[in-house]
Amino acid sequence: MKNTDISAPDYFHKVVDCQWACPAHTPVPEYIRLIAAGRYSDAYMINWKSNVFPGILGRTCDRPCEPACRRVRVEDEPVAICRLKRVAADYKDDITARLPKPAARKNGKRVALVGAGPASLTVARDLAPLGYHCVVFDGDKKAGGMIRTQIPKFRLPDSVIDEETGYILGLGVEFRGGKRIESMKALLAEGWDAVFVGSGAPRGRDLDIPGRKEAAKNIHIGIDWLSSVSFGHVSKIGKRVIVLGGGNTAMDCCRSARRLGGEDVNVVVRSGFEEMKASPWEKEDAQHEGIPIHNFLVPKAFIHDNGKLTGITFEKVKAEYDDKGRRKLVSAGLPEQHFPCDDVLVAVGQENAFPWIERDCGIEFNEWNMPKVDTRTMASSNPKVFFGGDAAFGPKNIIWAVAHGHEAAVSIDKLLNGEDITDRPLPAVELMSQKMGIHEWSYDNEIALDQRYKVPLRDKVVALKDIKAEVELGFDAKLALAEAGRCLNCDVQTVFTAQLCIECDACVDICPMDCITFTVNSEEAELRKRLNAPSHNLSQDLYVQDGLKTGRIMAKDEDVCLHCGLCAERCPTGAWDMQKFLLDMTYAGNSCRPQRRSAA
Amino acid sequence: MTYLTKPKFHHPDLPKNELGYTHRDYEGTVSTLCAGCGHDSITGAIIAACFELSIEPHRVAKISGIGCSSKTPTYFLGNSHGFNSVHGRMPSVLTGANLANRDLIYLGVSGDGDSASIGFGQFAHALRRAVNMVYIVENNGVYGLTKGQFSATADRGSKSKRGFVNTDNSIDLVAIALQLGASFVARSFSGDKQQLVPIIKAAIAHKGAAFIDIISPCVAFNNHAGSTKSFDFVREHNEAVNRLDYMSSRMPIEVTYEPGTVEVVEQHDGSKLTLRKLAADYEITDRTAALGFLQQHAAKGQIVTGLLYVEKGPQDLHAHLRTVEAPLNTLNEAELCPGQATLEAFNASLR
Repeated sequence: MKNTDISAPDYFHKVVDCQWACPAHTPVPEYIRLIAAGRYSDAYMINWKSNVFPGILGRTCDRPCEPACRRVRVEDEPVAICRLKRVAADYKDDITARLPKPAARKNGKRVALVGAGPASLTVARDLAPLGYHCVVFDGDKKAGGMIRTQIPKFRLPDSVIDEETGYILGLGVEFRGGKRIESMKALLAEGWDAVFVGSGAPRGRDLDIPGRKEAAKNIHIGIDWLSSVSFGHVSKIGKRVIVLGGGNTAMDCCRSARRLGGEDVNVVVRSGFEEMKASPWEKEDAQHEGIPIHNFLVPKAFIHDNGKLTGITFEKVKAEYDDKGRRKLVSAGLPEQHFPCDDVLVAVGQENAFPWIERDCGIEFNEWNMPKVDTRTMASSNPKVFFGGDAAFGPKNIIWAVAHGHEAAVSIDKLLNGEDITDRPLPAVELMSQKMGIHEWSYDNEIALDQRYKVPLRDKVVALKDIKAEVELGFDAKLALAEAGRCLNCDVQTVFTAQLCIECDACVDICPMDCITFTVNSEEAELRKRLNAPSHNLSQDLYVQDGLKTGRIMAKDEDVCLHCGLCAERCPTGAWDMQKFLLDMTYAGNSCRPQRRSAA
Repeated sequence: MTYLTKPKFHHPDLPKNELGYTHRDYEGTVSTLCAGCGHDSITGAIIAACFELSIEPHRVAKISGIGCSSKTPTYFLGNSHGFNSVHGRMPSVLTGANLANRDLIYLGVSGDGDSASIGFGQFAHALRRAVNMVYIVENNGVYGLTKGQFSATADRGSKSKRGFVNTDNSIDLVAIALQLGASFVARSFSGDKQQLVPIIKAAIAHKGAAFIDIISPCVAFNNHAGSTKSFDFVREHNEAVNRLDYMSSRMPIEVTYEPGTVEVVEQHDGSKLTLRKLAADYEITDRTAALGFLQQHAAKGQIVTGLLYVEKGPQDLHAHLRTVEAPLNTLNEAELCPGQATLEAFNASLR
């Protein structure tokens, strides 16, 4: 294999699994260390810079970082990254003085942002301090978008949304609440320098089966019902409720129903329990509240008595897989099942809808009636119009919306500076030795064997009585410290300098995970077979360095390295060093200008 | 020296041996030797050998003297028996333990100070008596614990870290072991586990006095230019006579070598030593030829490594003394006090 080029920004970035998996590439281990040190405000600001909504995401993020966490491969459960983020938000001091100030001088460019959800607010956050005049439009009176309308208050209190949307609107961003944009053409005619569409995926999919029309009074579309609940338009539901669908919206629906008078609430899904779209922890939360989930049941008809819903009939199905491993649900050949109920919540998916974008205003749409959007620049085929969040590529989640927002802000900043928006500078990389003394590192390199700590919950009886009572109480400082100790500090990298190595084998002998091998070089596939420990995880790179006196190479499998630094502690010559990797993302402003410093 | 303990986590797919242990189960506590010490590599090699042989840890007794080398039994086989004895007295303690219980595997771990200076006599007699053991000398040619004086195995003409030149002649423990009748004699290098691990495995399987001289650079006091026990010097002057593959009696032998290049030596337990010859005319079972070869190469400044001598059909101390087969602690009263009639018969035999 060729020598690994550790100056390429991606190499060590990939080793930090959580950061690599995060769409916004938040430097997770860095803020976890700050939480462990009790520096909650510093931890919050790192998050705020990267993901804009730490308090919101610390309660609601889909957390792609956690399945990626190295701890999963080393033991079993990932570090509770998401809930640690909430700790930073919960225990920080007043950070308003640390936020950017509204631009002293405007640059004269005007940007319209459609929808006040996470994508638009991220764009506004990035652009407003640079002097752009950002105007956010939303049909609702308050900012937040789906964060406010669709996430139940028992998961995310309004106070957190008010605080974090407030930080952004306080940057000199103009918010025009209650002003729904009804025509893109009219908007473009107003002469904005750029338009960003972050209007989400606001349409809930319906279920067109017999009885739908007749029993319509007791059949509700999940996301619409949730936002009605959120605004207080709906405050009760029948005693027996069936929620159709297996995603996170379904979980929010059933738990909300349980709090509004639903005593016998059941979730029914077409697929198997394991294949449900909902995150495992959301399914757990629903079950914890006494909500059964019935699987492999396809709804056939709404049964009603003269327009009064009485129940639903289902066909029992089973999964069959063809040669290509594709799943097909086929009838199990059993009699239909009838579930009696008073109300139904349909949460079987969301769709985009752009009735307000005229098809002749330069924005091309594809065969699925979605705008054609560049995945890197977020640009549509109209050079002034950008998309992000669910509006760009269909329903995803908040953290993706934030990532889109950052990219769109870079594009808008470059466009309005007369630069090529496809010329996007790489992020900058900084590597810094963590050595403080012979056995001293500036991070806690002792590996904690603790298992994942559970977040304390409010008493169930109390929680189910009040739809606004937050269920999760969050880690306290002591639990947060213990959970933070589980982080392996994957951003503190093992950096090897072949010229210093005397090939004494000390690192090989001490490495608890047998990551390091000194051997003759060969192609990667062959090399992986000869390493000291099995090397099956091809998604994790081998770190290869030649230039040793014996002509061999050092090959380190990054897969399950604990970043404990014992290789560096046992190295007599300092050939191994532990160096902290910091990624400086490219955001709108100076860091995206073309004459940027080169990486590392 | 590391203050942190080695984390308990290990690679999720770590191979297990016949007993269901991983190599991590053969570790001891974390080493307190200097970072990079050759002795720690030897520890690693002993762990690998015992793991690969699927040795039950409770069947091993580790016995050592005093010195950096003699600290190392703490760092491997944490579940085995151990005895850290007086300086240079490991061979006596080992001999006594062996006589009392012949069922254990005896690992005598010593250094050049412990065996070539204060314990030189003990070293000689344990080999001479053919005690069934693996006698390992972790040889760095320097007194590390007292900050770098020449030891008895330092070569004449080699330089200390402070620039002094050694004027004394050196003791070649391998040559002495050959002369004293050790039935298995090898030399290896801490920086070459591929060579070292099979040698340790073969020595453990050998029923007789097995001696291994392992050159183990002292990174703190003897790894500089002018030293003849440094990583660089040993790598440059290493003259390996053979490459050994140890095959237990349960493993089928796959002969894939060219004829004439491989010698197979069968041991008493049915295990086989497959030696890929590197020096064409080297005769592994010829004690006097081995001595000659050793001295010719030493005169040229070369360090001969590999399995240098193995005796066919060795006998150990128990065979010579015709001792009882069972460990002494398993003998019951009837066996120990067989009665008046037996005593009289015995006395009569001596008249």
